[in-house]
Amino acid sequence: MTALKRHRRLEAIWASEKGFRGWFSTVSHSDLGRMFLFTSFFYFGVAGILAMLIRAQLATPHSAWASEEVYAQLFTMHGTIMMFLFAIPAIEGMAVYLIPKMLGTRDLAYPRLTAYGFWCYAFGGAMMLSSLALGLAPDGGWFMYPPLSGGIHAPGINTDFWLIGITFVEISAICAAVELCVSILKYRAPGMSLDKMPIFAWYILVTALMILTGFPPLILGSILLELERAFGLPFFQADLGGDSLLWQHLFWLFGHPEVYIIFLPAAGILSTVIPVMARTTLLGYGWIVASIVALAFLSFGLWVHHMFTTGIPHMGVAFFSAASTLVAVPTAVQVFAWIGTMWKGRPDLRLPMLHILGFFFTFVIGGLTGVMVAIVPFDWQVHDTAFITAHLHYVLFGGFVFPILAGVYYWLPLVTGCRRFFKLGESAFVLTFLGFHGTFLAMHVLGLLGQRRRIHTYDADAGWTAINLIASIASFIMAIGLALALIDIIIHLFVAVRGKRSPWGAGTLEWATMSPPPSYNFASLPHITSREPYSDTPTLPSDLARGTGYLGDPQGDRRETLMVDIASGRPEALAVYPSNTTLPIRMAAVTGVFFLSLLLKVYWLTPFAVIAVAAFAVRWAWSLGATRDAGPQLIGRDMQVPLAIETEKPPGWWGSAFLLVANATFFGSLLFGYAFLWSIAPGWPPPEWLTFSILEVAIGIGAALAAPVLIRVANARVNASRPATPASAATLGTIVLLAVCLVSLILRAPSPTEHAYGATLLVLGSYGLFHAVLTGIMLAFVIVRMRRGYVSAARSGEPAIARLWVDYTAGAGTLCLLVAHVPAWLT
Amino acid sequence: MSILDPAGPAARDIAALWWVMLTGSVLILALVTVLTALSFRKRAQVPDEARLERTWILGMGLGFSMAVLAALLAYGIATGARLTAPVADAVEVTAEASLEGWTFGYPGDAARGQTADVLHIPAGQDVVVSITTRDVIHSFWVPRLAGKIDAIPGHVNTLTIRADLPGTYQGVSAEYSGPGYLDRRFEVRALDPADWQAFLSGEMP
Ligand code: HEM
Ligand SMILES: [Cu+2]
Ligand SMILES: [Cu+2]
Repeated sequence: MTALKRHRRLEAIWASEKGFRGWFSTVSHSDLGRMFLFTSFFYFGVAGILAMLIRAQLATPHSAWASEEVYAQLFTMHGTIMMFLFAIPAIEGMAVYLIPKMLGTRDLAYPRLTAYGFWCYAFGGAMMLSSLALGLAPDGGWFMYPPLSGGIHAPGINTDFWLIGITFVEISAICAAVELCVSILKYRAPGMSLDKMPIFAWYILVTALMILTGFPPLILGSILLELERAFGLPFFQADLGGDSLLWQHLFWLFGHPEVYIIFLPAAGILSTVIPVMARTTLLGYGWIVASIVALAFLSFGLWVHHMFTTGIPHMGVAFFSAASTLVAVPTAVQVFAWIGTMWKGRPDLRLPMLHILGFFFTFVIGGLTGVMVAIVPFDWQVHDTAFITAHLHYVLFGGFVFPILAGVYYWLPLVTGCRRFFKLGESAFVLTFLGFHGTFLAMHVLGLLGQRRRIHTYDADAGWTAINLIASIASFIMAIGLALALIDIIIHLFVAVRGKRSPWGAGTLEWATMSPPPSYNFASLPHITSREPYSDTPTLPSDLARGTGYLGDPQGDRRETLMVDIASGRPEALAVYPSNTTLPIRMAAVTGVFFLSLLLKVYWLTPFAVIAVAAFAVRWAWSLGATRDAGPQLIGRDMQVPLAIETEKPPGWWGSAFLLVANATFFGSLLFGYAFLWSIAPGWPPPEWLTFSILEVAIGIGAALAAPVLIRVANARVNASRPATPASAATLGTIVLLAVCLVSLILRAPSPTEHAYGATLLVLGSYGLFHAVLTGIMLAFVIVRMRRGYVSAARSGEPAIARLWVDYTAGAGTLCLLVAHVPAWLT
Repeated sequence: MSILDPAGPAARDIAALWWVMLTGSVLILALVTVLTALSFRKRAQVPDEARLERTWILGMGLGFSMAVLAALLAYGIATGARLTAPVADAVEVTAEASLEGWTFGYPGDAARGQTADVLHIPAGQDVVVSITTRDVIHSFWVPRLAGKIDAIPGHVNTLTIRADLPGTYQGVSAEYSGPGYLDRRFEVRALDPADWQAFLSGEMP
């Protein structure tokens, strides 16, 4: 087959549908990555406009044009949109677009999930935006502290928009995180062992793991607060056994890692781009990987530094103060590794490099003020002042916006295949840089002079007028700079001046294909022997196009790629992807109906929406698999591997495993909340305890112990090609028993509206019950699949996935019963 | 309102902390900027990789940063411990925040009623303020006297303040609390001993 013929064949298999419909049915990571990026930059614009309105309001004491109610919506939505609808999705977009290309493969692990995640983001974002358009936007600040955000002080729908809309959007972050973890670990070019992975993939892997463990506490907090608002479950009301501090803990358990979730991918861009700009390789690859991992761990031990003024005992805050300064060490390692890289090479002052210099200067200042506010007594003074606002923008703008602009300018030639036409970018950078520092340097001073954050105006005699005016004028200069950059990028997208392939001379794989990249990325997959394969083999693009790699001969109309061993990158299985479908967008739409029914309080609709989502999920899963064993597959270069669905751990198994990591974090946060209320909240002990029931505990735990055994029997029988329906049905039976005990717990628990204790038991019981029902559905699904011939000794993946969920549900169910009963029994 | 214009020991300690940290930060920023700039100069030959790793990663990244941070941390913790140390024979007052304003209570018997939005304290003495709230979260902050501490429903937090000289000091609620936030302010009046006695006995409003 000639290269051109191969291109046509693959293009026919992989291309998205043409025209309008293609937008809704595409599952290609290149399409979806760009859609994520476009949408996120749209939100950057929206939040930027809000920021301009804020600065216009504060320019002088007399320029206040908005009422304080409107102003509250402005700063809340500015912060919320920037964090949830711009920063996180922009990262997801970058990663979704680049990761498969950098790893030398053809798509992410679950193309339909990418699409589902995108549409959840699009719909959730639209929901948030509509609140702004209706003038009903959230107004409690981006961290939404109760009681201010509780039902008593904020009865309107504004806060519900936040809680429900953000939870909806977070589904997309969780989907993307699961997908990126599995893709990076299992979907790489053969031979690419972990230590040969491009450094960017390490950053994204760690970031994705952090999303899985960082977002659940906020999702839990949002659910609890919405339950309090909608149904009066008093989790955050001190007089009913709740505690508003619980929200702060849950929020910052998310909120601090969030900062690193935003920063790490940006640092990944820097670690990728700096060596290329300096025409060398990265200094201290191993050290950098170690410091990313250290950063991830440390960042979960810092959240209390956002709560230094809440009266936590001094020894406690001293610990968190130490941890917060310690986290600066791995950051310093990276910064100095980058500077060392520049010393090692010969840096060129091209446009991405300008933004990187902007990053250095800005981020170092942000880091230094960060260390300052980690010093507790100083934080007591500047907390909740303009100093904090200034600090956080140095970190977020310096640590995120500059790097992402560097990244956009660096990879644009890849995306478009063109080069820049008018050189607006340089002047745009200068304006942005000067404007930024003018704005926020000034705001540090305002904070020191006592200006609180979030005030909608100030007195003329406070002495802040001149500085505020400077900040506002500078912020408009920055806005002009950013607008110019945007125009520059748009011109680049639409004015086609063919550029050469790989204009920067980079060594990573994303450049080793056509630009713009074809729908299938690589005509055949490379065999990797070093960290910079393209530098080592300059003929790589044409070699791959000629089909010298793996999977150069497409079979039928299958979308094929390879799964590899995690550590070594040895090919393990041939994965076949689903092709274009509108299933994801439709499922996202019914998911939206679910959230909308909660928002508008049309609760009769909620169960229907849940059933619809479940039905879509079943259809989704049903479309995978086969009823016949296909046996070993030729993948080229004289190698044979089985199909992915004929391995013990098919893609779905890996996805489930990572989803369960997030799920366990959620459950852990719930248990933390229970223990926290118990030990810290005023208003305990509750007026009434659960009455201990030996029957409920014994049957429930007995069932939970039996279920994992039975599902293993079923698995063993599947592997031995013997009928496994009875054992599977028996497992289902034990799960039903467990569910019955949990229902009994829920019904017998003290009233959930009278005390936070009863409310917590309700949530615990419901969590267990939800999992029992979910696992029950999965088992029923597996049983039907067995009867229809989808399961065999080779195709044993689905029962293995069921086993994961059975084990988890049994464990979680047991814990639910224990933590509910043991205290009741002891008192 | 400026924290750089302290009028009591707590605020003064923190202002000193600020000036130290500012100086250190400016030096570090200058260092990093110079190091970055120097990487652009033309060089004859490039040192080998292992050497660079030692200098930049072990030396600067780990060694330098840890040394600076450890010193700063020790200084910070010591300051914090001093500011939160229990004080002997302090005057004890209470502060209750609400959306309507602050209510302050005083030691002693009924002669001295509560005051609204004005806290009276004796100058030159340590005063321990017990702070709580009736509704949402607020924060008690008198920038020239001390750092802030939150007023949280169901909890009581304490803060030690001390004004060196008699005078009036501006205070604000420094946790966003919805409409009316801008105007949630109060005043601290530090009185000389005679006035303080007069105040306590109810002779002064
Ligand atoms: C485009 C330039 C930007 C300008 C001029 C700007 C300006 C501002 C200002 C003036 C405030 C303070 C509002 C107040 O306290 O009254 C603020 C708050 C905030 N900004 Fe920005 N900002 C910009 C970009 C960003 C970016 C890129 C992010 C994050 C990725 C961000 C995240 C936040 C957050 C989280 C808050 C706190 C909101 C709250 O208090 O609830 N901003 N911004
Ligand atoms: Cu933090
Ligand atoms: Cu606060």
